[in-house]
Amino acid sequence: MKRASSTSAEAGATGERFADALRVDGNAAAGILSELFVSDLTAARAKCAGCGVTRTIGALMVYAHGMGTVVRCPGCDRVVLRISRTPTHVWLDATGATSIVISRDAN
Amino acid sequence: MSLISRGFRGRRQSAETAGRLPPGQYETRDFPVLSAGPTPRTALTAWNFTLQGADGRLARWTWDEFVALPRQTTTTDIHCVTKWSKFGTMWEGISVDTLLAEAAKHGIEPSPYVLARCDGGYTTNLPLADVTGGKAWIAFSYDGAPLPPEHGGPARLLVPHLYFWKSAKWVRELRLMESDAPGFWESLGYHNYGDPWREQRYAGDE
Amino acid sequence: MSLNVAAPRISWRHATVIEVVPETPRTRTLVLDVPEWPGHRAGQHVDVRLTAEDGYQAERSYSIASPPEEPRLSLTVERLKDGEVSPYLSDELRSGDKLELRGPIGGYFVWDISLSGPLLLVGGGSGIVPLMAMLRHRNAALAAANMERHLMPARLLYSSRGWDEVIYRDELARLADSDRTLEVRHTLTRDQPAGWTGFRRRIDRAMLEEISWPPSEQPRVFVCGPTPLVEAVAQSLVELGHQPALIKTERFGPTGGSV
Repeated sequence: MKRASSTSAEAGATGERFADALRVDGNAAAGILSELFVSDLTAARAKCAGCGVTRTIGALMVYAHGMGTVVRCPGCDRVVLRISRTPTHVWLDATGATSIVISRDAN
Repeated sequence: MSLISRGFRGRRQSAETAGRLPPGQYETRDFPVLSAGPTPRTALTAWNFTLQGADGRLARWTWDEFVALPRQTTTTDIHCVTKWSKFGTMWEGISVDTLLAEAAKHGIEPSPYVLARCDGGYTTNLPLADVTGGKAWIAFSYDGAPLPPEHGGPARLLVPHLYFWKSAKWVRELRLMESDAPGFWESLGYHNYGDPWREQRYAGDE
Repeated sequence: MSLNVAAPRISWRHATVIEVVPETPRTRTLVLDVPEWPGHRAGQHVDVRLTAEDGYQAERSYSIASPPEEPRLSLTVERLKDGEVSPYLSDELRSGDKLELRGPIGGYFVWDISLSGPLLLVGGGSGIVPLMAMLRHRNAALAAANMERHLMPARLLYSSRGWDEVIYRDELARLADSDRTLEVRHTLTRDQPAGWTGFRRRIDRAMLEEISWPPSEQPRVFVCGPTPLVEAVAQSLVELGHQPALIKTERFGPTGGSV
């Protein structure tokens, strides 16, 4: 929904200050992100962006070889996770998962 | 600095193989299978190949129409980014030049980039210049026999001068594009171009 | 969204060769002391790198034969006729030499006793190496944890060309003799000793059906060996009704590597 633009300078200034209070740099997410990357994600549950079914990651179909690992939904075959490893980084594409849920007990 | 292995001399390449191996590669006599998913199995009666222009215009061939096009054979070395190279592989297929010439009859004009799209969802991107001028084929025969499914049959893209992930298996379409768009591995840390002679394996390699 | 996550690098280490142990005429086990080895899981492998004096390098992957319970790392290497690295490791390397390696590598083809259920291992030739790591781990860990072995029975079906070429032959017999929940079955495809009553053909669907638990018992399956064997076995198991998700495969090419 498109908000009607306001020509009032006062309303504009308030809006900008509010937005600045919310916008912080990525370091502030470090704490919560470290909770994401537990040592074993295979116990986490992922919702397939293709068919909407949620399954434990360990139950998904893994195709692993020297280039990387592709994790697919056993129901609809769509790619849920893609992981590759270069000499300097690990790449994760999780766009095939609408959401990933990790039990806090796993930490 | 690596440790020197006492007494190791390595297989001193013969004059034949010297210069044939790109940096960091070793020769294999095997033909390893690397797959990112279940092997697609499309019946030839259901198979078709599409060449799509940037404006959406299509040229499409059924299997019978496709294999009736003038075909070429090529014997070439192939290089996988996982470090194996295989010399003297024999292929038969339709040159991408032939397909583009046929597509031009349908009003499809060249664009600077190509995206190969495949059964199973795999994609890879290339500059048009790297699939023209006798550099690329849609191959349907390997070593004198129909290309087996685990190696990409019924047909795969073959672009031997680049790392073999660019030779997309189970190819169904070449889509011409005005701008480059990274494919499956190119968007996951691998090099966008992939020249084995400059060892362009990963993004950032030069 | 592509998340770029930095992971701890697996760095090259200088291992010391403690011992080179002959296993069969064509295989040797290298027993190594690896400084600050982070530990590993059964089924993982290492990359080994050799460097000649002029800087020429060759790199290969080898499965870890030792279980995580052992302080020293063992690799079992098959000498390939046209090999570049394996003849050096088998014939040249001696106690006291240094060997550059990196690892452990691999999170897919791994097993440990925390994974419940029956365990079916199918191997061909040097494909036995990671499977042996799993059996050695199973033996050590179940004893240490004082767990009921019958809760995770194991069966190994191992294909070799002849009795002389069966790697870990005596140790496998000892493990099976002392553990009623472990069954080891061999098939010898080329030469059989006099009086041999075991299988004498390549692994096929009928053999797998005889050896394996029914799919309803949901055994975890690990298959390792030359590519044609692995493909055929995996295909047969799926045809027999086993879920693909429970079958893990590792193919060895002639380089002896895991990819």
